[in-house]
Amino acid sequence: MNPKTLYQKVWESHIVSESDDAPSILYIDLHLIHEVTSPQAFSGLREKGLKVRRPERTIAAMDHSTPTISLNFDTADDMAIAQLEQITKNCADFGITLFDAGSKERGIVHVIGPEQGFTQPGKTIVCGDSHTSTHGAFGALAFGIGTSEVEHVLATQSLLQSKSKTYEVRFEGVLPFGVTAKDMILALIAKIGIGGGTGHVFEFSGDAVKALDMDGRMTLCNMSIEAGARAGMIAPDETTFAYLKGRTHAPKGDAWDAAVEKWKQLPSDEGAVYDKTVTINVSKLEPMVTYGTNPEMGIAISETIPSLGNKSEAEQASLSKALNYMDLSADSPLKDHPIDVVFIGSCTNSRMSDLRAAASILKGRKVAEGMRLLVVPGSETIRKEAEAEGIDEIVRNAGGEWRFAGCSMCLAMNGDELEPGQYAVSTSNRNFEGRQGKGGRTILASPLTAAASAITGKVTDPRELMK
Amino acid sequence: MKSFTKIRSKIIPLPHTDVDTDQIIPARYLKVIDKNGLAEGLFDSWRRLPDGSPNPDFPLNQDDYQDAQILLSGDNFGCGSSREHAPWALMGWGIRAVISTSFADIFRNNALKNGLLPLVVDEATQTSLFDLTAEAPNATLEIDLVSQILTLPDGTQIKFEIDTFSKTCMLEGIDQLGYLLKHDEQISAFEEMRNA
Repeated sequence: MNPKTLYQKVWESHIVSESDDAPSILYIDLHLIHEVTSPQAFSGLREKGLKVRRPERTIAAMDHSTPTISLNFDTADDMAIAQLEQITKNCADFGITLFDAGSKERGIVHVIGPEQGFTQPGKTIVCGDSHTSTHGAFGALAFGIGTSEVEHVLATQSLLQSKSKTYEVRFEGVLPFGVTAKDMILALIAKIGIGGGTGHVFEFSGDAVKALDMDGRMTLCNMSIEAGARAGMIAPDETTFAYLKGRTHAPKGDAWDAAVEKWKQLPSDEGAVYDKTVTINVSKLEPMVTYGTNPEMGIAISETIPSLGNKSEAEQASLSKALNYMDLSADSPLKDHPIDVVFIGSCTNSRMSDLRAAASILKGRKVAEGMRLLVVPGSETIRKEAEAEGIDEIVRNAGGEWRFAGCSMCLAMNGDELEPGQYAVSTSNRNFEGRQGKGGRTILASPLTAAASAITGKVTDPRELMK
Repeated sequence: MKSFTKIRSKIIPLPHTDVDTDQIIPARYLKVIDKNGLAEGLFDSWRRLPDGSPNPDFPLNQDDYQDAQILLSGDNFGCGSSREHAPWALMGWGIRAVISTSFADIFRNNALKNGLLPLVVDEATQTSLFDLTAEAPNATLEIDLVSQILTLPDGTQIKFEIDTFSKTCMLEGIDQLGYLLKHDEQISAFEEMRNA
């Protein structure tokens, strides 16, 4: 038999039907929804008189437009309230489990899926959100879809899909001190570009990936979409199983043993062929920071912003436009550039290991004068765990704001936003123009770099503050 | 879905690469629970000056383009978020086709489900179209989906690709959900096979 990749195995085991004249019909195991991209899908169902085919396979979260100041969302604006009321009604009408304001486990949809054990190896997982790629860290095939497709999955538990190409991303070597999974993915995107993965599904492999904990693996897969990839996947192993064992919705008892046996068959076979391969040695990586207005515009913290020379006309235009928006100069260092805000959170970096990393730098220190530091845990479960460890006190004592869970300033829909012209070092995933607030300027970085920059008030190499 | 057979229109030039969906429609416009009114937010940050007044340099604000249905963009159009609000906003403004050398996967899927044609051309054609918009802002293109042919003002014809399934759905204005619903028995059989 032909050796198969992890992607091929998950893909083939979910094909309902194939045809020469249409894309394949792919069965979806787990459907995650949130308040922003689902209302029109439910309207579509109602207009057509359809019901939700398998309500137990859909899980709903409120995360994008929810305030993080209070638990009951009492500061939400009228439109956000209408959206939250709509998802509440939709879930009640169609029998879908909703992690709402009163839920003790609520949070960002891509954080609670794995945390509650819904996310499992070998599953097909979709959500009306591009960062659904996060769940690929478990060896699931997980990707973002549009609202029409949300309606398709609600009505049929299936999607029309064409098979993607495969792209192996090997990270070899050992991560140096102060360098994290976030720096690995930013380095990859800087290397292959934001369209580099278009039409492909990444499989992250190599010793440096195996060495990551699940939080780090989720960070890696989360930003697959920022290189244009449909999804990112990592072969499940003992680290994956140890994370899942005992989680609320993970299999129990004999079912657990059977599941693990099945999951062990998922890793790519010896000799499996990928359409593309890239290898990055992480041993020489440094903390990464972005200087521009898309995630490929990243440099190691010791490097200078690229020169305008030696580029095609289109590349020059793109770089000039980005630097003009960012009010930064070509050929200059980004290190030590003054900043106004630090945001630590989002589905990319809001888990326990991210908060612990930030706290290790913040502990016993104060943020720079005039600095706004916002720390937003990914879920209420994480918030409480962090508070049990005293991380909330560390953040507050440093002069930062400790918030309730949500997407918050990653996309600035909930009132947490930059003011025009402000610079933020952010642990989120996108530095697009205005992403964190109209006129705001985003520098993407790891939680370590973000915390260090909050202390000094300028873009800082975290290793200078780490002992 | 709105059907698409043939259009003839002026071309709105947007000479930027990697136009992301946050630019097409910023998140602050995503709090709606229907598909209406999104055209208001289309390219909001580029279309309006910081004080909220129209940016006269942005083509969507120029008289020449008020009825235009074709948007010409740099490479990798529609990258970023999965928000279907992006094609809804473009369609709401009146755009029926976007021409680029490449599209982000999710945007492309979303566009095709709404009757918005993502039309891929090679780099040389893209460059010549940008040159054309600079020299003759009133020049028009014809896009014929039946024959999959793009016709330039000088009569040059360029064949473009689209998968048969999407083409049929676009031509007939059919919602792809109908196709899935027709496979109810196969879906049930798959579920039973997996539960066995």
